[in-house]
Amino acid sequence: MSLLALSDVTKVFGGLIAINDLSFTVEAGSIVGLIGPNGAGKTTVFNCITGNYTPERGQILFDGTSIRGLRPHRVVELGIARTFQSIRLFGKLPVLENVLAGRHCRMRAGLLSCMLHTPAMRREEEAAVARCMEELDFVGLADRCHEAAGGLSYGNQRLLEVARALAADPRLLILDEPAGGMNDQETAALVEIIRAIRARGVTVLLIEHDMRLVMQICEKLVVLEHGTLIAEGEPETVRANPAVIEAYLGADDEKW
Amino acid sequence: MEQFLQQLLNGLAVGGIYALVALGYTMVYGVLKLINFAHGDLFTIGAYLGLTLLASCNLAGLLPIPLAMLAVFVMVALLVALIGFLLERAAYRPLRDAGRLSAVVSALGASIFFQNAVMLVYGARVYVYPDFLRPDFTVSLMGVNVPGVRLLVIVASIVLMLGLWAFIQRTRIGAAVRAVAIDPAAARLMGINVDKIISLVFLIGPGLGGAAGLMVGIYYGQIDFTMGWSYGLKAFTAAILGGIGNIPGAMLGGLLLGVIEALAAGYVAMAWKDAIAFLVLILILIIRPTGILGERTADKL
Amino acid sequence: MTRTVFSVALGALICVLPLFCNAYWTDVCVMIGLYALLSLSLNVILGQAGIFHMGHAAFFAVGAYTTAICNTLWQWPIFLTMPLAGATAALFALVVARPIIHLRGDYLLIVTIGIVEIVRIALLNDVFGLTGGSNGIFGIARPRFFDFRIVKSIHFYYLVWGMVGISLVLFYGLWRSRFGRALNCIKADDVAAEGCGINVSRYKLAAFVLGAFWAGMVGTLYAAKMTTIAPESFNFMESVIIFAVVILSGGSQLGVLISAFLFIGLPELLREFSDARMLVFGLAMMLMMIWRPQGLLPPGPRRYPVVDRILGKLHSSGQNASGGLAGLAGAEVETPVNAQTAARTGEDRP
Repeated sequence: MSLLALSDVTKVFGGLIAINDLSFTVEAGSIVGLIGPNGAGKTTVFNCITGNYTPERGQILFDGTSIRGLRPHRVVELGIARTFQSIRLFGKLPVLENVLAGRHCRMRAGLLSCMLHTPAMRREEEAAVARCMEELDFVGLADRCHEAAGGLSYGNQRLLEVARALAADPRLLILDEPAGGMNDQETAALVEIIRAIRARGVTVLLIEHDMRLVMQICEKLVVLEHGTLIAEGEPETVRANPAVIEAYLGADDEKW
Repeated sequence: MEQFLQQLLNGLAVGGIYALVALGYTMVYGVLKLINFAHGDLFTIGAYLGLTLLASCNLAGLLPIPLAMLAVFVMVALLVALIGFLLERAAYRPLRDAGRLSAVVSALGASIFFQNAVMLVYGARVYVYPDFLRPDFTVSLMGVNVPGVRLLVIVASIVLMLGLWAFIQRTRIGAAVRAVAIDPAAARLMGINVDKIISLVFLIGPGLGGAAGLMVGIYYGQIDFTMGWSYGLKAFTAAILGGIGNIPGAMLGGLLLGVIEALAAGYVAMAWKDAIAFLVLILILIIRPTGILGERTADKL
Repeated sequence: MTRTVFSVALGALICVLPLFCNAYWTDVCVMIGLYALLSLSLNVILGQAGIFHMGHAAFFAVGAYTTAICNTLWQWPIFLTMPLAGATAALFALVVARPIIHLRGDYLLIVTIGIVEIVRIALLNDVFGLTGGSNGIFGIARPRFFDFRIVKSIHFYYLVWGMVGISLVLFYGLWRSRFGRALNCIKADDVAAEGCGINVSRYKLAAFVLGAFWAGMVGTLYAAKMTTIAPESFNFMESVIIFAVVILSGGSQLGVLISAFLFIGLPELLREFSDARMLVFGLAMMLMMIWRPQGLLPPGPRRYPVVDRILGKLHSSGQNASGGLAGLAGAEVETPVNAQTAARTGEDRP
């Protein structure tokens, strides 16, 4: 069984069909790229999976259970964590607390134990901080844990979002243009990080415009145009697909 | 039927006044995203200035009464507009880049300041508008005798609203106001002087509010220095009801609130009318979280 | 550090203050304490979770009336009514907030104002025949602590400020926990908070209910102190003052105490201006916000002692902690565009 399966998902915005009867699957342990020209509905697909939008029709199964229409925090609890296309960190909070926010859903201390700082709550808190520091170390930001997140460079903010998502123990990580705004050096490092994430057993689904990155790391590509699936499969096959070439010829900001 | 019509017209008159005050809230909110809590007190100042000009300065003795009223109307609007302009300069402009709530507290301070300034100048007692100024004719409408002052208030508020609407929709400056309300940064890039537009809004809003204050004085015949709180709160409620930041929304919200209140007072219980008005507001917001005409802004993700 | 020293000094001052005050000023200090308690509880809702709530007096009123009714009708001892007053206020908050908690900032503001007005009007109209209409309820008994009757101002002073002390400890604990962090995240960006796995509406509601519980218990203290309560003590203006105290404080607990003193104590000190006192007060409110728009004392950073140990371990184990897996932090090149975007994302979202 696939880790994530979308079947016939349709999302309409005030009469405008953003996604039309979309079906694809993401196998456990793989890195899948969702690509397509600007405005093809890629981010809308992500928002349907993460619960920010509820599709009008269709089914979204995560590990066999339906997650359609669940609220975003429930989806995170079930094991899907995300990053945002326009970075959405808590800019004024320290780097560490941004990651702790991602850890939040794996912590259990209730209102009273939080007020009283019971021993159990303190143990949990320490374990969470330690875990979050590991994630920060994983993306290379451990030393900057006390700085305000908004003060980090663009590339590091993207990495911090990844660390925040990883702190939630996801089985599926959804990255929305992780390399957006990164220079070549940073992108190369990102490729290594995404591979390391997969090596940890986390499945990755990503939207990306940087085709070099996509061709390098994805085992499978899903191509959208105008909200409709036009191709699906291994990168080399997809690249040779006439429909895909057609879709991309019009768009000038994509490079293959 | 007669009672219903009387309550309806009474509601429309009060609602028209609410709408005029609500316009001040909504326009300021549109350009600054600030709830100008001092707006209700500018309205009070309008009522008191009107009284001073009419009675003390004896304008009514110098000119024919309708003409005197019109002159006072214009003068009050201009004077209160000036106070609004100064208020923005002194209390809000320095807080333009600070958090929104800081400006709200500054507005609350300004409200307390104005209210007590009025009390110190005029004293804490209730003032009565001179009787001979109230138009005392009645009009027969569908077989019901309606006090003329009621109709005058309705007509005056509708004329002012239509004037504002035409200004906002049909003139270049009106378009600039709308542009600033949508996106101040983009408006600035397009060459609009945002500071000037904000100042303009702080002239128009308080001007209308001051005129509404005068209308309350004429309509009810008596004013007191705390009336800004209750009218301000009602008008703000009306602005939210219609969808804050939305100019036709404020007009609709004001009229609707006035009518709801009048009907509640007439058919349910006078003592509960304010509570019923708020209850209706809460119910409408539960059903439509952005007010009746407010646009849903989709969450950008 | 200076903050710690200042806090200790302030704590000591509060402990010995009534020894140097006459009954009048002790009463003023009791009022400051009551407002400090209300503001501390509103701070959880408004300061930490960023919920625009201008109706705190409603919960305060529900608590005070619960105590007054239970005490005068059924002779319950005051302290026994305290948890009930808190619970009633909390239940009331839960019921009214549930359908409106998702409303956007300013819409929520007017709704909470509406709730205060509805509660006040209901009390005025002698709802259920229990609230005594505009006269309110009088003859509320003094609280008893075993055989000790709390009557004098100085007794109330230590009762109220004792509760302030307890609240400070509990709310400080809350702030330094996952709960406090979750509220801060919601305040900064609720969509991102939900996207990280924080149940936004539940936490907002929890903050609301907790704040109401506290306000309800403060209502008990207020009813016991005054022995008479009337609807006008819980009007919109009270809510406004509590709201302004929290905004001026900047959000830290020490800030709330100072701000409560300024708002409640200052008008008393201004008595010599007599009639012009509220005029000066309003002016002072404007000037204080212009002088310190961010509030008197924003909360400092939370401390995580365990972090230094972890960082030390990372460094000593030979790993390049700053480089991590990618060595990005070391190699990063700040282009102007990046710096600009970083600055932009640093701002709070509206």
